[in-house]
Amino acid sequence: MSGEPADGGTDRIGRRGGQWEGGPERLYVVSAGRGARAARPELDLVTLIVARGEPGPDCRPEQAAILHMCDYPLSVAEVSAYLRLPFSTVTVILAELLDSGRIEARAPLPAATLPDIEILEAVMHGLQNL
Amino acid sequence: MDCKTSEPRRGPRSEDTLPASAASAVKVVIVGGFGVGKTTLVGSVSEIRPLTTEETMTQAAVGIDDIAGVERKTSTTVAMDFGRISVNRHLVLYLFGTPGQERFWFLWNGLFEGALGAVVLVDTRRLEVSFDVIGRLEDRGVPFVIAVNAFPDAPVHSTAELRAALDLHDSVPVIHCDARDRGSSRDALMTLMRYLHTLATANLEPQ
Repeated sequence: MSGEPADGGTDRIGRRGGQWEGGPERLYVVSAGRGARAARPELDLVTLIVARGEPGPDCRPEQAAILHMCDYPLSVAEVSAYLRLPFSTVTVILAELLDSGRIEARAPLPAATLPDIEILEAVMHGLQNL
Repeated sequence: MDCKTSEPRRGPRSEDTLPASAASAVKVVIVGGFGVGKTTLVGSVSEIRPLTTEETMTQAAVGIDDIAGVERKTSTTVAMDFGRISVNRHLVLYLFGTPGQERFWFLWNGLFEGALGAVVLVDTRRLEVSFDVIGRLEDRGVPFVIAVNAFPDAPVHSTAELRAALDLHDSVPVIHCDARDRGSSRDALMTLMRYLHTLATANLEPQ
């Protein structure tokens, strides 16, 4: 996936296809089915996963296990720990579940260059209550 | 259960589940050399028993003496322990104890890029390890504080001596802590948060 451009190929290629016949761009059109996946933000260690329902009969065992354990929010890191599977493997399974709409992903708060003051104050308050 | 599965249910114990209202998470990285007490610190403040996430690292090993130049690939499993603190009903803080070697940092996507900041846990018996870690964090622009873990047989240095030895900027907080102690570990995290708060506030002020 890392070999694909960040700016979502299909639109550009759709527009310019007539001019660049047979170029490497054609490969994009062929692989356009994966375009939507590339455009989605990547799963972080602390992306919270929540199941949208019970596993169906078509679910593979790991998928079913994830849907069961994510009845309440759980980070990708925790899913990896409980499944005893490498983080990268878990993100692939989660991506499939996201594609089929079986789970919801709550993205982590971005800490751009410096974290938001409100977040820091909330964390400090939380730590004081420990 | 309406679903019959042959394997036991995996996942958190019921007391370890987050509320359904948990909307987002932030992370802090605890960095330090092997045996410096990262997992101890994580465990002393975490509301769950520390968990482990693994990643597989593939290394291409080229046999120098092999005239055929055949590459061998070896894979190593790298483990990272982490814990969790529910800040409030909506926000969760995760703490990741990470080895000091940079080659591990790329294994987990966005480990440092999305982190609020880092606590560098220092063992004064092996200061040179921390020296490398600090340089790498500075290169990446990750804000950090220094927490000196108190080992009974470790040489005691004054904060000024440590600052000089680690070549730290004056603004970087240095504290002494006991990673086994919940209050002390919490104070280390609090020091990081106050430092980040100072940086963020200064950033907002007109230049």
